[in-house]
Amino acid sequence: MKESGFSEKHLDVLKEIANIGAGHAATALSQLLNKPMDMNVPSVEFVPFEEMNDRLGEEEAVVAAAFLHVNGDAPGSLFFILPAEDATTLVQELTLNEEDTLHTPPYSDMAVSAFNEVGNILAGSYLSALTAFTDLKLYPSPPQTAVDLAMAIVSHGLIAHSEHSDYALVIDTKISEKSHVPIKGINGHFFFLPNPESFKPLLHSLGVQLDG
Amino acid sequence: MDNIVKVTMADLKMAEPPNKIRTMGLGSCVGIILYDEKSHLCGMAHIMLPSSKLSKQGTLNRAKYADTAIEDLLLNLKKKQAPLFRLKAKMAGGAQMFTFASSSEAMRIGPRNIEAVRTELKTRNIPLISEDVGGGNGRTIEFDPKTCLLEVRTVNKEVKTI
Repeated sequence: MKESGFSEKHLDVLKEIANIGAGHAATALSQLLNKPMDMNVPSVEFVPFEEMNDRLGEEEAVVAAAFLHVNGDAPGSLFFILPAEDATTLVQELTLNEEDTLHTPPYSDMAVSAFNEVGNILAGSYLSALTAFTDLKLYPSPPQTAVDLAMAIVSHGLIAHSEHSDYALVIDTKISEKSHVPIKGINGHFFFLPNPESFKPLLHSLGVQLDG
Repeated sequence: MDNIVKVTMADLKMAEPPNKIRTMGLGSCVGIILYDEKSHLCGMAHIMLPSSKLSKQGTLNRAKYADTAIEDLLLNLKKKQAPLFRLKAKMAGGAQMFTFASSSEAMRIGPRNIEAVRTELKTRNIPLISEDVGGGNGRTIEFDPKTCLLEVRTVNKEVKTI
């Protein structure tokens, strides 16, 4: 994506930093749930809008997502996304109440509020790690949770991009329970979509020389 | 089996029976269908923004904006020899799933998209036969050019046919 000013090298550096942020967020989540959680950054890349749907997993899958605005030097959108069932598992592990569900409505206030709080904690630890490394000031807004199709939710974060381009810079973080064998449990994603106006400050802060 | 033509975000495609045409996960975006009941020709656009004037891009992706997408739907239907005077429209989408207090105009994009489509259709004298818009839920829509019915799926709600 030449017009954005990013090269492969830039994306690699960004991935390194995001991985550190993911590590911090994983620690916070593990403490919260009292079990080991894994978070890593499988990809940092420019994703065309038409491919976005494929990146978000199963087309028709219903997800719970906490959406936060990132304000400050590199504004953007943050999404903490889990399949609705996994989100319910997560919430119930926190509230210890089987009536708290994000799977079928009505969603209890407690479930939504617990999910928001997890989003808040993840975003906070992720962004503070990014801040420490880039010297950019990044502040998360209070989160809002919606349960819907992933694409419908994430499209709200793409509006900021859509006036500029037909792709978005997607910093994907995979979240899973730490285990030697694949287990059913909490498996989700954490997406950071920096707005186009953040590309310059991001590149600058990465300390990589701009090509051209 | 019938094929389904898939329209992605900021995309525009045409369909004819026995095929159907579908777009997934409309949030604040709007799905617009222009169709002719007699020839069963139709086209669908998945727009993201109300006006191409908002574009800050060098090259314009015309399917992304209400005004240019409707223009292109008309052009494509004309190419297929659909009689433009007989065209009708349906639309769905334009939800507002998040309501941030400090929200910028960008967060109100759903209602703005709906309004833009209505205005565009009106100025072109294309009757809007039915719509399922607004609210706080995402939608997946599928249009059958044979029956001219639009199926609207909303998470946790019954399928609506409009």
